[in-house]
Amino acid sequence: MEYSEKVMEHFVHPHNVGKIEDADGIGEVGNAKCGDIMKMYLKIDDGIITDVKFNTYGCASAIATSSMATDLIKGKPLSEALKLTNKAVVEALDGLPAVKIHCSVLAEQAIKAAVRDYYDKNGIEYDEAQFHFNETHEHGVEE
Amino acid sequence: MKVYADNAATTKISDTALNAMMPCFKDVYGNPSSLHSVGQNAFHAVRDARAQIADILNCKSDEIYFTSGGSESDNWAIKGTAELMAKKGKKHIISTKFEHHAVLHTLKYLEKNGFEITLLDVYENGIIHIDDLKKAIREDTALVTVMFANNEIGTVQPIREIGAVCRERGVLFHTDAVQAVGHLPIDVQNDNIDMLSMSGHKFHGPKGIGALYCKNGIRLPNLIEGGAQERNRRAGTENVPAIVGMAAALKEAADNLSENTKKLCEIRDRVIDGLLKIPSSRVNGDRTARLPGNVSMCFEGVEGESLLLYLDMVGIQASSGSACTSGSLDPSHVLLSIGLPHEIAHGSLRLSFCEENTLEQADYIIEQVPPIIKRLRDMSPLWERLQKERGNA
Repeated sequence: MEYSEKVMEHFVHPHNVGKIEDADGIGEVGNAKCGDIMKMYLKIDDGIITDVKFNTYGCASAIATSSMATDLIKGKPLSEALKLTNKAVVEALDGLPAVKIHCSVLAEQAIKAAVRDYYDKNGIEYDEAQFHFNETHEHGVEE
Repeated sequence: MKVYADNAATTKISDTALNAMMPCFKDVYGNPSSLHSVGQNAFHAVRDARAQIADILNCKSDEIYFTSGGSESDNWAIKGTAELMAKKGKKHIISTKFEHHAVLHTLKYLEKNGFEITLLDVYENGIIHIDDLKKAIREDTALVTVMFANNEIGTVQPIREIGAVCRERGVLFHTDAVQAVGHLPIDVQNDNIDMLSMSGHKFHGPKGIGALYCKNGIRLPNLIEGGAQERNRRAGTENVPAIVGMAAALKEAADNLSENTKKLCEIRDRVIDGLLKIPSSRVNGDRTARLPGNVSMCFEGVEGESLLLYLDMVGIQASSGSACTSGSLDPSHVLLSIGLPHEIAHGSLRLSFCEENTLEQADYIIEQVPPIIKRLRDMSPLWERLQKERGNA
């Protein structure tokens, strides 16, 4: 197993680490039993993600995918953030080992969970299908 | 500072071993089966190496079979005994829950082929209860195989007692001693061992070489058919340099055993005491009945792979039994076998020392680990949750 330079870069110096105390949306996915939990905090202004932070418990690729995923949605409209796929995160990181693909799935799910939380808190209606994912966090999900 | 602390994974070859090997590439390059002088020189080198290893383990030369390493020795001893005993209608094997995969997967294979396997509990301290073994032995028990010392948590089994029980009940006893040979005093006669697996690269010998001690009278089926090497049981031209290197490394380890043990225990205990000051940390397995160079600990709220990669950044090489380092989804079966919950087992760290490590390095580890744990905990939602649950936040 080998990590790309990009993964190591984001693992060693992760971007957007931390919490947003007055976050507009918070999403937490994963579980301790599986060894990875991601928590995303979003600050949203006029449909734009003005700030994003994460806290992650997990391996190097969990931290690197969190970092990359937050980079990819920062400053973007919600509609675009919702379209972010795990595959795009993997590509941006120049690939992940096969056994680590589930980390990228978690990153995608964490963003969606945070957006849904924002919608719920603000009484914004949404199409449930947009958030169709298994919150119990499946390992071994391939690209 | 550079600190290689992953000696349970593999060791650096010693100068003594390397120097012993070099002539085998350049001058003693003959085939030990050849009758001419060049071949005979190689024959003598292998013969002397075998005698040296036999002497250290206190067995006869012809009870040592060279193999490619620990896994091969384990496979041969277990599958071979199974085949042998099945002919007598004995198809039950006893082992432990936390064996190396070379043993566990071999047992799984046998289970698929009609054998019944009993895996003994190793309890919280990582040591079996002799009474459990006594109760598990049946009329049809073919073999008891219990590892000498565990590769992850370093706990040492009461091998002599286990062997005594097996002798009394007329059951063959094999031990995977890959982590123990060269690190603990072993006397196969005194310790009542019928078969023992060892591997050269765990005690500063070369990789790709190991041995199986198999007591005379146990007619293990041939492992590789072909030439007459290894008493006709494992054919193939001997790996002369590796055999000579392994013997030289073992001799050096045996000669320095008490001195090394003293030094390693000091390093080990200093590191354990130092790292236990980190809140929510624990030692895995018995603190005293463990390998002199093994430190195995868990830190709550962090994940082992991240910890070991950050440690690598500051020059410390270690290992972890977290799921993420094994390529599987579960943390190591060893950590689960001693009753650790998944979320704690994910935060494991193993440091395994050799005599080249120093107390200064121990201090460096004690200095480097806490800030890394803090950094990981600061970004860990699990740690945050644990703190809230405990009313610390």
